[in-house]
Amino acid sequence: MTGNSHDTVSGDLGLSIEEPLIFEQDSPGALGVDWPEADAGPDRLGGLARSGPIGLPSLAEPTVVRHYTRLSQKNYGIDTGLFPLGSCTMKHNPRLNERMARLPGFADIHPLQPESTVQGALALCREVQRWLSVLTGMPGVALTPGAGAHGELCGMMAIRAALDAGGAANADRRRVLVPDSAHGTNPATAAALGFEVVSIPEDERGRVDPGRFEALAGEGGVAAVMLTNPNTCGVFENDIRRIADAVHAAGGYFYCDGANFNAIVGRVRPGDLGVDAMHINLHKTFSTPHGGGGPGSGPVVFSEALVPYAPVPRIVEEDGVLHLEEANGRAFGRMKAFHGQMGMFVRALAYMMSHGADGLRQVSGDAVLNANYLLRRLEDVYSAPFAHSGPAMHEALFDDRALRDTGVSTLDIAKAMIDEGLHPMTVYFPLVVHGAMLVEPTETETRASLDRFIAIMRGLAERAHNGAPLTEAPFHAPRRRLDETQAARKPVLRWRPAGE
Amino acid sequence: MRYLPITGADRSDMLRAIGAPSVEALFSDVPEDALLAEPVDLPRHASEFEVERRLSRLAGRNRAAGAGPFFCGAGSYRHHIPASVDYLIQRGEFLTSYTPYQPEIAQGTLQYLFEFQTQVCLLTGMEVANASMYDGATAAAEAVTMANRVTRRSKAVVSGNLHPHYRDTAATLARFQGFQLEAAPPMPAGGEDLASRIDGETSCVVVQYPDLFGNVRDLSELAEAAHAKGALLVVVVTEVVALGALRPPGEMGADIVAAEGQSIGNAMSFGGPHLGLFAARTRHMRQMPGRLCGETVDAEGRRGYVLTLATREQHIRRERATSNICTNSGLCSLAFTIHLTLLGETGLRRLAALNHAGAVALADRLGERVVTPHFFNEFTVRLDGGAAEAVERLAGEGILAGVPVSRLHPGAGLDDLLLVAVTETADTDDLDALAEALS
Repeated sequence: MTGNSHDTVSGDLGLSIEEPLIFEQDSPGALGVDWPEADAGPDRLGGLARSGPIGLPSLAEPTVVRHYTRLSQKNYGIDTGLFPLGSCTMKHNPRLNERMARLPGFADIHPLQPESTVQGALALCREVQRWLSVLTGMPGVALTPGAGAHGELCGMMAIRAALDAGGAANADRRRVLVPDSAHGTNPATAAALGFEVVSIPEDERGRVDPGRFEALAGEGGVAAVMLTNPNTCGVFENDIRRIADAVHAAGGYFYCDGANFNAIVGRVRPGDLGVDAMHINLHKTFSTPHGGGGPGSGPVVFSEALVPYAPVPRIVEEDGVLHLEEANGRAFGRMKAFHGQMGMFVRALAYMMSHGADGLRQVSGDAVLNANYLLRRLEDVYSAPFAHSGPAMHEALFDDRALRDTGVSTLDIAKAMIDEGLHPMTVYFPLVVHGAMLVEPTETETRASLDRFIAIMRGLAERAHNGAPLTEAPFHAPRRRLDETQAARKPVLRWRPAGE
Repeated sequence: MRYLPITGADRSDMLRAIGAPSVEALFSDVPEDALLAEPVDLPRHASEFEVERRLSRLAGRNRAAGAGPFFCGAGSYRHHIPASVDYLIQRGEFLTSYTPYQPEIAQGTLQYLFEFQTQVCLLTGMEVANASMYDGATAAAEAVTMANRVTRRSKAVVSGNLHPHYRDTAATLARFQGFQLEAAPPMPAGGEDLASRIDGETSCVVVQYPDLFGNVRDLSELAEAAHAKGALLVVVVTEVVALGALRPPGEMGADIVAAEGQSIGNAMSFGGPHLGLFAARTRHMRQMPGRLCGETVDAEGRRGYVLTLATREQHIRRERATSNICTNSGLCSLAFTIHLTLLGETGLRRLAALNHAGAVALADRLGERVVTPHFFNEFTVRLDGGAAEAVERLAGEGILAGVPVSRLHPGAGLDDLLLVAVTETADTDDLDALAEALS
């Protein structure tokens, strides 16, 4: 049979090349590194030497480089194009930051070297603390949390510790108020620490109703509120001071989820709004790369009231020499091994120094400008539930109500965007908006890129109304829609040799 | 500003389209007195060259491991990283991508995660592995909470030879989650009896292999003792290269393996970012924390990969999730899997053998001062006069001699003990230099 002129012999299509698993490319005898054999002498493994093969495949370096290069070509990154994933702040990742993190004086140092040999590293940590402290107006900075959700744990542990230090009367303070629009990590964090999660519904403005909040806070037993501001509906909680006052009056603390700090960095200090603790996702606001899912870094800033409970280690200065303080009477404990994500601190500091106080102010301004621009240019074709609740912050929230009669859903629009060379926005979050599409363009897009996005989104809406088969998209990605139900029903989580 | 492409003209046009008089007007929902009129009190923007100059100066105030003989370990190890690893992880499609929520355009990430999970299973001898955790210590802490869920018990027994940072990370969770953590005292020469500490209330026993002091021991009997009482065995590995030479925990009855994967593919970087490896038995799969990648097919029947079993996770389950963890250590797991693919079966075995041979050669030079009878690439040395003092003195001579135990166990009466790690990066001259400096 001769295929039509568009078929290929291999089944591969130009740059879209099928790539087998490394295990399927095993070539016994091939080597990807040239380590010599060790001199055979008696071992001191106590009879525990590994017997039998490990089962790792053997590939030479060219095969390995080609493998991962081909895999990379099946991925979309910020370097590829607009990546409007709401609440994730997919901004440009400057390569200077990568170069700086790889300086041997940062990358090739051990966490437990003598302190006298790492004074520059400790000074860098202090400098990161200084920038974060000034930008947030908060006096204390715990650097060690490994990601945003880990920062939430850290902040809420400090709050629990402060409550416990307040005496037995606080033992019953277990209620943590969390808006329904919150990231899933907020209730998960509170529950993981034994708090009782009390959900707060959003009002029609996409915000927490302050009167309702005061009533809930007044019911007693309040440990804290966990609030994201700007919130995930894309607007600023303009009653934030009333909310802060209410939770403080109730004897609780104000935890702010700092995931959306990019909207206000350089313009608003959370410390001026009554916040007691807030994590900062360095991989969002301060552009450390998302890396396909980490590593992140989630330093936590603390108000004066919580500073004493911050975790160890802490960096302290004595006679001009910096030390790591491993024990402190009131510290609540330790978050992870060693001293935090040093490699991320270097990148974030390079980012902050590059922008400076003036540039960071422009970051938030342009991020908010871009989101409002998208909102106003698209709200006539995609319904925008909170478009008139005040200006959007750095995200524009749409839903699929306007497409109701087309049979096309938020998911279909997302998949159709893939065919257009865009990464989809965040879909079906926040949960409080049915068919949510949360669009965060960030400040590093050009006007042309935003206009192209607008044109595509308008075109997709039009096609949806004209009956285009968007429910089957994508057609042009490395894969069509994947069967997630099968994946979950019969989990195959590893490769196994045939017959095993 | 080089990273901000919106021009003044763009801004005016866009504001007109929005119908706003100024960018400031877009912040009208912020309480007026909280809106800063001027930039905060920090330096103004700087050129790439200027940033590079200032940060290089800070980096220059640290002593890099490559500057001389180097023997630090205790949970972070210096190994050679092939050039192609660092090149490949910096490809923008890997570096600047997100968690693979849209699998059709994230098959690169998902396929390497599937390969990574398989490699972790093979190394540890376990049946199922996740897509990585923040680091070894948080993986170990999550292993304990998973064991609590599986056994519906709330008391963990922890070896005294577990890395104190790992113990403290778990103890911090224990404090707030209200479970018990019973930590045994350290026993540098090994021979710890943990079995007698296990009772009908114990959810798990946590033991490190090789342990903090470098000891390796057969864990099979401990596994049997734990299982006889209905408890799980959690094995912590902080130097994963060891599994190229040693019997894997899965062959000795481990139920969960929580490991630090940094030493394959990742720089020490002052202790972070590292990556936690997490592996378990299939029967406990649905109690695992973290991301899992699974195989499936697409609408045309082609093999593909997705994140799966998300009903364990916070973004679906919220307050009923198995963990609050969201991200993993994506790029670190990529570096790990690329390095391990380069090593392959033979390369890993040779690398492990070189490490062990180097450690044996150094131990032979140090003779009776070595406290650890059986070890992989790290052991404990007794130094009369104090290990911290010796380390400071040797640092002055350009040798980073290791980690004093007092740094991790202050006030425990172990001040004369030094942890010494020997990897393939130490040559014979380095071994001679350290042996001579310590004599």
